[in-house]
Amino acid sequence: MPEVNPDFIEAVTTSEEFDAAACMNCGVCCALCPMEVDILPRRIFRYALLGLEEKVLENTASIYSCLLCRMCEVNCPAEVHIAENMRFLRHHINKNVFKL
Amino acid sequence: MPLPTDAIIGLMVDNLRTRGSVFPISISSTTKWARGLGIPHGGRSVIYTGHMYQLVPYINASVANLERFEDSFLGQFVFLARYANRLFNISRLMAIPSKADVAEYNEIMRSIALLLIEAGVEFGYLYESERYAGALAHDMGANEVFEEHARNVYSVLKGNGVENVITVDPHTTNMLRSVYATVIEGYDIGVKSYLEVLAEKDMKPARVMDADVVIHDSCVYARYEDVVEEPRRLLEKAGYRIKEPRDSKGLAHCCGGPVESLYPKVANRIGEKRVRQLTDAGGHTAALMCPICLATLKKAASPEIEIVDIASLLAKAYCSGHSNGGMC
Repeated sequence: MPEVNPDFIEAVTTSEEFDAAACMNCGVCCALCPMEVDILPRRIFRYALLGLEEKVLENTASIYSCLLCRMCEVNCPAEVHIAENMRFLRHHINKNVFKL
Repeated sequence: MPLPTDAIIGLMVDNLRTRGSVFPISISSTTKWARGLGIPHGGRSVIYTGHMYQLVPYINASVANLERFEDSFLGQFVFLARYANRLFNISRLMAIPSKADVAEYNEIMRSIALLLIEAGVEFGYLYESERYAGALAHDMGANEVFEEHARNVYSVLKGNGVENVITVDPHTTNMLRSVYATVIEGYDIGVKSYLEVLAEKDMKPARVMDADVVIHDSCVYARYEDVVEEPRRLLEKAGYRIKEPRDSKGLAHCCGGPVESLYPKVANRIGEKRVRQLTDAGGHTAALMCPICLATLKKAASPEIEIVDIASLLAKAYCSGHSNGGMC
């Protein structure tokens, strides 16, 4: 059973940049992603919103392999700032896991 | 085993913090392209390279080394490079560029400057004072070191009395035009890409070209900075016939380059897919407008299509040759 990290929920929900709560899980982003990886980005966002930090960290490679190309973002019906959300998660990992 | 993300990003962050660039190279390497062009030092309007074109030959050499470590047991020792890098600039050892690469990318920079001169644009250059804009650190989410660096770059621009910059690549354009404004209060530098500046001028081609050109949009120009029509207008006016690939303009397919420093093989796979799209569009020449795209797609290129920078194509058409001593 994955563990909920309340501090992670706090970081995600109080951030001005992270707007993944608007995601309605339609899957357009995954269908269009040039990386052709199913995990990107909606499932990662769901893990983050639920505070499942461990599950987010299991997908570190996917988070850093996002091209930030915005192909998903310009087609997102909920206008989620997907690339900026990915950058937010990278910043979180850089600071809290990589200690950069 | 993939390359260790923390060690690679750590190297970039350390370099930006202590040496002013994620990939520190010598001043002569960043300014050599401008030799003999007579561009004035400084001024209110300057061409701003952000070192992106100059860095590509070094990145190419470095990635060639990293590819050997990727999926090898040696990859786990990359973290040692970060420790060594604190004592000396290890990037220099990992990346000895080919002379042909350096000459090619410097020539693109020269073409851009000559096109601006041909168009009657007045501009200076900061030479050794110019700084890398920080795009890679920003993209990797290294916010603290990026923001500090952005403030340093801004103070260099203000200290030199710069009011407007003409950028030469999409990543530097995005940093200086859109991202700096979000992290620096009162940011007031006017920023235009050279493609936008040239498109505003009533340039007449010195030679009308007769060739099909497949256009590859940069994701950053097309989806971050809305630079889509300018390169097309310039090419068409020069006589080139534009062929659009399957995914173009606002829906352009990425080249894969942004992940090259962490996942070289993935970047190559995406690059190969994009090259197939460009080849399928018909035409033997593809015009690119980003040094990262250029490096990635050249590596993935097939014999059927030549991958070139748009500046080289435009210079062939618009530069008369006499106003720049026949260098164009």
